[in-house]
Amino acid sequence: MSAHASHAPAPNRSGLWDWLTTVDHKKIAILYLIAGGIFFLAGGFEAMLIRLQLMYPESSVIGAKTFNEMITMHGTTMIFLAAMPVIFALMNAVVPLQIGARDVAFPFVNSLGFWLFFFGGVLLNTSWFLGGAPDAGWTSYTTLALNQYSGRGVDFYVLGLQIAGIGTLIGGINFLVTIINMRAPGMTFMRMPMFTWSAFITSGLILFAFPAITVGLVLLMFDRLFGGNFFNPDAGGNVVIWEHLFWIFGHPEVYILILPAFGVISEIVSTFARKRLFGYSSMVFATALIGFLGFMVWAHHMFTTGLGAIANTLFGLATMLIAVPTGIKIFNWLLTMWGGQIRFTTANLFAVGFIPTFTIGGMTGVMLAIPAADYQYHDSYFVVAHFHYVIVGGLVFGLFAGLYYWWPKMFGKMLNETLGKWNFWTFFIGFHLTFFPQHFLGLMGMPRRVFTYLKDQDLDVGNFISTIGAFGMTIGTILFLVNCAVAAKSSKRAPADPWDGRTLEWSIPSPPPEYNFAQTPLVRGLDALWIEKMAGNKGMTPAEPLGDIHMPSPSFLPFLMSLGLFIAGYGFMYHVYVVVAIGMLITFACMFARSIKDDPGYHIHEDEIEEKGVKA
Amino acid sequence: MKGWQQFWRQLSLFGLLALVLTGCGKDELSALKPSGPVAAMQYDLMKLSSAIMIGVFVVVMLIFTYVLIRYRKRPGQQGIPKQVEGNHALEILWTVIPFLLLIIMAIPTVTTGFALGKVYSKEEAVQVTVTAHQFWWEFEYPELGVSTAQDLVLPVGKKVQFNVTSADVMHAFWIPALGGKIDTNPGQENKIWLQADKAGIYYGKCAELCGASHALMDFKVEVVEQADFDKWAAGMKGVQSAEPVAATAASAAQGQEIFNKSCLGCHAIAGKGGKMGPNLTNFADRERVAGILAHTPENVAEWLKDPQKVKPGNNMPNLNLDDAQVKALVDYMSTLSVK
Amino acid sequence: MATHQANAVLPDEPEKATLEGKNKVLGFWLFLGGETVLFGSLFATFIALRDQANGGPTSQQLFDMPLVAAATLILLTSSMTSVMATLALHKKDLKKIQLWLTITVLLGLGFLALEIYEFVHYVHEGHKISTSAFGSAFYTLVGFHGGHVAFGIIWIILLQVSAVKKGLTVVTAPKFYLASLYWHFIDVVWVFIFTVVYLMGMIGGKVG
Repeated sequence: MSAHASHAPAPNRSGLWDWLTTVDHKKIAILYLIAGGIFFLAGGFEAMLIRLQLMYPESSVIGAKTFNEMITMHGTTMIFLAAMPVIFALMNAVVPLQIGARDVAFPFVNSLGFWLFFFGGVLLNTSWFLGGAPDAGWTSYTTLALNQYSGRGVDFYVLGLQIAGIGTLIGGINFLVTIINMRAPGMTFMRMPMFTWSAFITSGLILFAFPAITVGLVLLMFDRLFGGNFFNPDAGGNVVIWEHLFWIFGHPEVYILILPAFGVISEIVSTFARKRLFGYSSMVFATALIGFLGFMVWAHHMFTTGLGAIANTLFGLATMLIAVPTGIKIFNWLLTMWGGQIRFTTANLFAVGFIPTFTIGGMTGVMLAIPAADYQYHDSYFVVAHFHYVIVGGLVFGLFAGLYYWWPKMFGKMLNETLGKWNFWTFFIGFHLTFFPQHFLGLMGMPRRVFTYLKDQDLDVGNFISTIGAFGMTIGTILFLVNCAVAAKSSKRAPADPWDGRTLEWSIPSPPPEYNFAQTPLVRGLDALWIEKMAGNKGMTPAEPLGDIHMPSPSFLPFLMSLGLFIAGYGFMYHVYVVVAIGMLITFACMFARSIKDDPGYHIHEDEIEEKGVKA
Repeated sequence: MKGWQQFWRQLSLFGLLALVLTGCGKDELSALKPSGPVAAMQYDLMKLSSAIMIGVFVVVMLIFTYVLIRYRKRPGQQGIPKQVEGNHALEILWTVIPFLLLIIMAIPTVTTGFALGKVYSKEEAVQVTVTAHQFWWEFEYPELGVSTAQDLVLPVGKKVQFNVTSADVMHAFWIPALGGKIDTNPGQENKIWLQADKAGIYYGKCAELCGASHALMDFKVEVVEQADFDKWAAGMKGVQSAEPVAATAASAAQGQEIFNKSCLGCHAIAGKGGKMGPNLTNFADRERVAGILAHTPENVAEWLKDPQKVKPGNNMPNLNLDDAQVKALVDYMSTLSVK
Repeated sequence: MATHQANAVLPDEPEKATLEGKNKVLGFWLFLGGETVLFGSLFATFIALRDQANGGPTSQQLFDMPLVAAATLILLTSSMTSVMATLALHKKDLKKIQLWLTITVLLGLGFLALEIYEFVHYVHEGHKISTSAFGSAFYTLVGFHGGHVAFGIIWIILLQVSAVKKGLTVVTAPKFYLASLYWHFIDVVWVFIFTVVYLMGMIGGKVG
């Protein structure tokens, strides 16, 4: 950075325009959280309709076709539009702070990633109003997902996910480069907080997994819109290719989702036990190993596809292996708490509740890895129970824990602990009531994705309990929203370090100034802040003198670029090529402008930096 | 915090739940009530793996509970806990033990996997070609020259080799009480063998999302003694190699006329008719109407009046029949028996 | 970054002289990693479907060695000229960069022209995206590559034009470097297409 460059004035910021143009990772985090939160509510609403339809046998609350739209949109929304963005919210809010960076490597790309995801999600959801949502399941297996057997909704699925997926991909690259290149002095890889490690590995998985779904979606788009024959058996196509591409992406995606939750839990369990993470290096190793094995096991989603006994057995055994590093993690968390002084804050309740819940999900995972037994579990409610134990009991618990933990850092306000505990217990009990009986429903012969079941099949009790449990989760979610509202209204500011934290983000004010660190901190070991605290220092030792700070300029281009693709998406779907041309023109013009016009950024002058020195 | 007390209360609730639930499950439908060697092998694997896993869970929960009670922060507690970096012995221990447990599971995984993957020739097993349609099942016995739909008839105690495919979208062929499932891929043929050791009726399901009426794509498996099976097959073959028999009763004859005009294009009876819809040669012998409704004249009539109401999205159009026509058709169809 | 003063003291390896430059180079390498998976998936799909001509023309009937060999030669030459541009970049010689990139662009255009001619010819022979699974897979894989070439050409031209005004700085240097890297990557992809699609296609039946 050339410190002597001309002083462009700090950009004028106000209201909506600021949010539409921001490239500040902390604000992008909030955008991700809000957008992901809204989609989470939509997905949750869909889930409630599903459970209401299944509350009693042979009922017709929403009917068969709508039910299939609901399950498709519930799955797609929760995975791509709720879980992923909230993970990105936490990564954006926390990772740069944890590594002592002023910003991410590509602030512009960061913003572009958000807007692509946002417009992709909006495009997908407009299907409700334009002839019906996709109804071929979130996996969109062909040939059901081809024109002959499903409606226009699947086009929205294809284009919406394509746009959102590109956003996720570039977001992943951004975090990889940020973590490799932007670490503060002394922050070696093996001193990085566990959450940053998990963000790093997750980003790597995103980079290598998302292109597979990109290709899958392109092929499906060609088949649906341009007369392609990839999946049409009558013209030599092969339906199993879609399954492979989908799961080559889809299985790593599961770890993309769960690894950040592992990271969150590691941070929280350690902070609230007042102990360093037990077996840090084995945790790092286990995380990397899970990420690596995650690419070797996709066919365990396809045991009943007919790949043959040899392939099934190999993929089954490889899948079982993942239990080993996962077990290492569980025991490391337990031993982190061993000998500590455990405080049961809401964040820690979610983290602690995660452990048995996720263990159950992992156990059923090992059971599912046995191909011969999986022939019974596959596509039954047993699988539904399993992946909700992993994704809700694992990931969503982790996200709640992370939000309660980092909320003060993100918003400068504390969430209410009493409400938080109500939130935890209603959600936790509701969750187990909903999904525990589903294991048995599956074994008793209930296939997944059925809009109803017959009266005389002994499936009534389990389904009824399951629906009651879903109300509990709804209440928990509403309590969380209430808690957010209460915190927003409260005038009490959160302290910089409310939890007696151990890592760098707690060394700066809540919320942090836009430049994060007035002076880049010098890191002297794992749990950088804790080391200084134990040494009796007031805060981090700065690694540089106080000086002007260069910041990137806000830009409206990411929004416009994504809008262009959004518009072009409709053109593709309705074969109106003028609209495609207009949309693509907007996008390419923005890329052109970005390439031609260099961003000079602006400087925050030394005098404007509010607090001198890096304080704890 | 009284967290762990609530937790235990909950755990006991689950225990109770589990007891209530595991006791249930219909003999005809539940994978937990195996009625053949395939389902039994799979049930054994389930029991072995869940036993090991529950063992692991108990260990985790014991440590978990101890830690939460023993090491919670007490009021007025001072000092900093010892910062432990790790413990190699422990870490090796909980890497090696799970690995050993996995090996215990891996052995039957391999052996059972290959046992189930076997393909039996026509000398060793009854051959059945299964073709899945939206939303019904077609069963052909190529060796016996018999074709039927919705009700699969099998001899007791004999291996059955299924060759499965689909005519439209992907479905999955699943008879939980007899054994796990296999996908029916359009354009490809998959193989699975099953065997029923007890005579009786079993429920079959479609397990892969296949459209609006996926939930209603049930079928029945009628397992009978070998002699009865032979008799049934001979009867079917006899009927299917001849023209449909003319109905005698007046109403049934009128029904047959309607049938020949409006239905025969898609549905075959005896040796005549299309293959778009289910073969109706032995319709009157079926366990259920459309795979789901009790086999009563009222339900047959309900289906004929509006098939979309019973099975949304199925390929049968509403023929707009009046009540008299429906009655005539029902009368005719109740004569379609080979028993 | 101010442009006027950076030029005077342009450091060695100017593409990695600033943190922004380093980030871009690393980020782009990672992006190419993702692109590798993308093309890998397309190749796998193509290999699975290449014999499914569905009664339409097969690869043995279609492919014409001289045409494809010419296209390959052109593209490989352009790969070399793009490397020359990078070498010129390390010598901080903008004129040479411009010269080599211009040749690269011209060769790229030649390649694209041949490819378009080839596609038009195939369509006349009845080989379309909708003819068969083989047709779909062929046009998607080769077309994706062609699209990458076209994008590269536009990108390089854009860089060349804007460099006339901006000169060679620590801001423009990484862009030249990345464009050259990108060009190199699509050439490597072509080598695989040449082998898997064309060579294996022409000997057909004997392999796989």
